[in-house]
Amino acid sequence: MKKIVISIWALFGFISSKAQENTNTAPSKKLTFDEANLVSSYYHQDGNNSAVTGGIGSEKLTDLSNTIDVTMVKYDSKQRKNKFNLSVGIDHYTSASSDMIDLKANSSASHADTRIYPSLQWSRENESKGSTIFGGISFSTEFDYQSYGANIGFAQKTANRMGEFTAKFQTYFDQVKLVTPIELRTGNSTGREHENYGTSGRNTFALSLAYSQIINQNFQIEFLTDAVQQTGFLSLPFHRVYFTDGSVHQETLPDKRFKLPLGVRANYFLGDRFIFRTYYRYYTDSWGVRSNTFNIETPVKISPFVSISPFYRYYSQKGTKYFAPYEQHTAFDDYYTSNYDLSTFNSNFYGAGIRLSPKNGLFGIERLNMLEIRYGHYTKSVGMNSDIISLNLRFK
Amino acid sequence: MKNNIKKIGTGLVAFIIMILIHSCTALKEYEKSKLNDAEMALGNRTIEKTELSFQSYREGSSGANSGKVGGGCGCN
Repeated sequence: MKKIVISIWALFGFISSKAQENTNTAPSKKLTFDEANLVSSYYHQDGNNSAVTGGIGSEKLTDLSNTIDVTMVKYDSKQRKNKFNLSVGIDHYTSASSDMIDLKANSSASHADTRIYPSLQWSRENESKGSTIFGGISFSTEFDYQSYGANIGFAQKTANRMGEFTAKFQTYFDQVKLVTPIELRTGNSTGREHENYGTSGRNTFALSLAYSQIINQNFQIEFLTDAVQQTGFLSLPFHRVYFTDGSVHQETLPDKRFKLPLGVRANYFLGDRFIFRTYYRYYTDSWGVRSNTFNIETPVKISPFVSISPFYRYYSQKGTKYFAPYEQHTAFDDYYTSNYDLSTFNSNFYGAGIRLSPKNGLFGIERLNMLEIRYGHYTKSVGMNSDIISLNLRFK
Repeated sequence: MKNNIKKIGTGLVAFIIMILIHSCTALKEYEKSKLNDAEMALGNRTIEKTELSFQSYREGSSGANSGKVGGGCGCN
């Protein structure tokens, strides 16, 4: 694993030295603050199809999320623009369904958890050549899951600067703690909450390609695709599955999954007040999941500094062949899950946001140059619904 | 029949895309004022971070939205 990461970085360094040659030299400039974003969200969901209890039971969950990211810029002696972005996120969630791993409601270790996820990203743009190279690392940790990520990529603008091609390679090396439902703990297990669980690996490799094109003064489009290969322990150890005979089993899914999503975005500025942001995605994978996503958001500029953005998203999914509801699987099935996130359903997500960006800053703070609040309501046809409210403050 | 409709639809979309890309004109920097508007930016907006995260948890598909394509539990 480490060898792969080191090889990728060595290759990246080589490409960087070749692609960014520039004969113009000038004194490099100091590292300067560009912007900082603070995003806080409160999320609440409820439903009655928890995968922890085999497709029945409460899905009640709350999540308080805070992320801060800071971007710094430095021009080097060859006048290349170096951007450094440091981001740190902290989520604290309480989950009624995770609490049922131990079948002791509101008391077990899995009732609540905190997730911390820092990341570091760097990019170098050669404005004269229209090329950019970038790379980054990320980490995420919570009680039963650790994820190490790395990415590298490059972008190249077309000769007339109207189009841009971007390629990115991402990897995630994850460790899943094997926390099984309490009644399925066997062998050396003591059947207690805080025992030494084993772990299992999960690897993700993704190649992302994108091409954006300016069509005219008001219109631009972008095509996106990812080819994602996942290997390792891809089910979750504490998801129960009940067979037709009433017996309880641990969720079992294949150890390989290939995903292929294809997306297109089109943004259009109509007149001086209306913007149409649209997005469509088709998705297919080797587990038999197929989906279509359509999203539209229409920011309306009330004034140059205030806009209101209603949005709507429709999502339709054909579920995996490995899914069946509570007590529908049999011993003849090789793979089985009762996780409704992998079932056939459709969902609607709608809401609105307001964005303020006055010239002289907000609340008398000159550096606070943007405030945005956004609310959304989400409903799934399988009986789950959720609400989310987010706040974004930007300092320049 | 359904397959034919799908093929015609795909062909039509590809044709429209080709026409659009072919008919685009090179713009001067001062002509890009609307394209440079913050809300015209392609890609996800910063405030959508948590939304995209819970959508990828609650739905079986992910990717092709300039965001994360793997990593993280997604189990709660």
